[in-house]
Amino acid sequence: MGKKGSFDNIFKSKNFWSLTVLALLLLCNLIFTKGFFRIEIKDGHLFGSLIDILNRAAPMIIISIGMTLVIATKGIDISVGSTLAITGAVVAMLIGGNLQIVDGVQTYISKVPMALAIIVALLVAALIGLWNGFLITRVGMQPIIATLILSVAGRGVAQLLTNGQIITVYYKPFFFIGGGYLFGLPFSIYLVALIVGGTFFLTRKTALGMFIESVGVNPVAARVSGINSKNLMAAIYAFCGLCAGVAALLVTSNVKSADGIHAGELFELDAILAVAIGGTSLAGGKFYLMGSVIGALIIQTLKTTIYSIGVPPEINLVVEALVVFIVMLIQSEDFRKIVFRVKTVTE
Amino acid sequence: MENEIVLSMENISKSFPGVKALTNVNFRMFKGEVHALMGQNGAGKSTLIKVLTGVYPNDTGTILLDGKSVRADTPLAAQKLGISTVYQEVNLCANLSVAENIFIGREPEKNGLIDWKTINKKATELLLKLNIKINVTEMLSSYSIAVQQMVAIARAISISAKVLILDEPTSSLDENEVRLLFSVLKKLKAEGMAILFVTHFLDQTYEISDRITVLRNGALVGEYKVEDLPKMKLISAMIGKDYTRNDGDRRRENNSALKDVKPFFKAENIEKKGHVSSLTIECKPGEVLGLAGLLGSGRTEIVRLLFGVDKPDKGEFTLNGRKISINSPRQAISNRFGFCPEDRKVEGIIGDLTIRENIILALQSNYGIFKSIPKSKQVELADKFIKALGIKATNSEQVVSKLSGGNQQKVILARWLVTEPKLLILDEPTRGIDISAKEEIMDLVIDLCKEGMSIIFISSELEEVVRCCDRVVVMCDRKKLEELTGDDISEERILHVIAGGSR
Repeated sequence: MGKKGSFDNIFKSKNFWSLTVLALLLLCNLIFTKGFFRIEIKDGHLFGSLIDILNRAAPMIIISIGMTLVIATKGIDISVGSTLAITGAVVAMLIGGNLQIVDGVQTYISKVPMALAIIVALLVAALIGLWNGFLITRVGMQPIIATLILSVAGRGVAQLLTNGQIITVYYKPFFFIGGGYLFGLPFSIYLVALIVGGTFFLTRKTALGMFIESVGVNPVAARVSGINSKNLMAAIYAFCGLCAGVAALLVTSNVKSADGIHAGELFELDAILAVAIGGTSLAGGKFYLMGSVIGALIIQTLKTTIYSIGVPPEINLVVEALVVFIVMLIQSEDFRKIVFRVKTVTE
Repeated sequence: MENEIVLSMENISKSFPGVKALTNVNFRMFKGEVHALMGQNGAGKSTLIKVLTGVYPNDTGTILLDGKSVRADTPLAAQKLGISTVYQEVNLCANLSVAENIFIGREPEKNGLIDWKTINKKATELLLKLNIKINVTEMLSSYSIAVQQMVAIARAISISAKVLILDEPTSSLDENEVRLLFSVLKKLKAEGMAILFVTHFLDQTYEISDRITVLRNGALVGEYKVEDLPKMKLISAMIGKDYTRNDGDRRRENNSALKDVKPFFKAENIEKKGHVSSLTIECKPGEVLGLAGLLGSGRTEIVRLLFGVDKPDKGEFTLNGRKISINSPRQAISNRFGFCPEDRKVEGIIGDLTIRENIILALQSNYGIFKSIPKSKQVELADKFIKALGIKATNSEQVVSKLSGGNQQKVILARWLVTEPKLLILDEPTRGIDISAKEEIMDLVIDLCKEGMSIIFISSELEEVVRCCDRVVVMCDRKKLEELTGDDISEERILHVIAGGSR
């Protein structure tokens, strides 16, 4: 295959370890969860735990992609959860659903055409990201502080929009995004493929990826080399916001409502974790999109596994933390070296 | 009369994957002597020091300290044996006091509490021994780099007093600070300390050293007493071939050829508060324009304005008779300018990226995001310049931070040469790199200008300015004092102008 070179790049040795962890988690399920790997076809749709994991992981994967690029620039965005809440509120408000009786049948129609509502919501999400980018590149705030503002205030904005209540969406076609099926698979998976594939193409098949890494490693040198570091960074925060917006569409559509307080709660931390598991250093520079995807899958698989194995809910978080800890250890080259060295000594 | 041998390293070899860094090297240190370790970048100086200080284990060979075989597996172990190192970059905590820095990790205690009185007293005494009189309770960062370096040395000798290793201690010091350091070294020497000194400055080597060991390509060339090794011989030993200066008549020829050439780029009355005042500079194709002046004279400041790194308050730029604005490096690059900045680490190298990526970066940024240079073409370009500039690397995919300083500098040069610039600005391109790389870079500068490129060359070493430049703008206090051409260009003349100007 002519593409061998690029595949070598995707599956760097870094991904090997995270893939191993993912495989181990799945193996766990094979042993402890009955019928975990069973995939059935009902009404032409595929059903099963694996499909379920993919579907549930979709919002996190998409946010992780945006977060990966932000972290590659030596930044961080802890406002993605709030961005998700705001975007969800916007799209729910715009679509809502007015009850109408057509030919004696009750139907709901959307307040604003759905396509327009989605476009507006995504624009709002991108603007929020751009605002973060503005604070960081033009005002000179540190990323964690700049995005902390919206992380806190954003929830307030979302609640203002929803009047502190949960807005329910009644308009049926909107449910397709987060709950519909296309060619037997959940629509969300296609959306993930589009975002991941598109980002991969944009960063690895154009010079964008190298520019992002340059800015992340040494923004001053990147500027002297002719890269507009500030605009590039602002654009990446906007993209990260946009990713949170797309995730918001999935989440809102899936639960058929927008919750200003709880939607996307702590998503930022899971996303950062996914990026870290994927092997991208929080110090910026080299980034691994596929690693982040695997990272997000590991987190979701772990959550599903904990429920399906039947870990008591009160120790859920402890188990989750423990597994994440082990994953991070395995990912660490230094740790592997120590373990390896100990082995050779004892032999 | 030979002094007593304190330390000897015998038959030291060290390999890294794919490279043999040291091959059967012998090295001795004598009591009360300053021993200079010389060699080009990549000759194995750093590796030898790292083996000695326990950073790397040696593959073969023995290290004898006071006649006993020792082995240090960690820098801490080396320190305990009595081998202390002061690195090029000051390795202390800027936000702690001077005294804390000296005693950190081994604070004297009294009744279970830290005995601050003793710490401060001892620190003051230690520094007084080095002729440094400062308030040791002040934060380290409130003192100059030189004083910080002295503090590092004080710390090193207070831990152990047998062998002191100084790895390029002078590279960030100015003339007076070097004096201060040397007076300290002389004092330590008199007390019987064995000092290993690594530097790229030849003059300093001759000033302070008693003995010189030369390494080349990881092997020992020889150990000499300083009086047996004149400068030319040292350089020949380092680069492995006879070294002749080729000042020649190049400039005279070039000057007559340049007489009728019109400048293609003019920067007129450029002004930026606190940087330069009303400066005019013209560049001709095929000419090397030198900017001479002391640090802070405005020489770096003006080229940063020319390249759009900083924005001028006033002034205009004319390129080929057309007025242009230069508000960012990006614009400068699109006008086919190139710029090797003074601080290679901060403004030049993108450390975690590969040599290939570092080389094509400026060209690619000029093309934009979407007009991506195909990988095969990137490799081709990178390989071409690795070969042309003699960059020592395993291949173009090597991470650039793993290269030595001189090779990193060549990578940045390659980054601009790839863009085929019309005007190339070189701010201290030879700083911190070894003598033969310096020569190579200067030869390259001269060759490039023969091909019609216009070059602005800045160097603190007047010798280099005199050697390379067709025209020299002498600067002082952010102003242009005088322009020298032809036979007027000499070190004495430049110094004379600077001295007259700052009166």
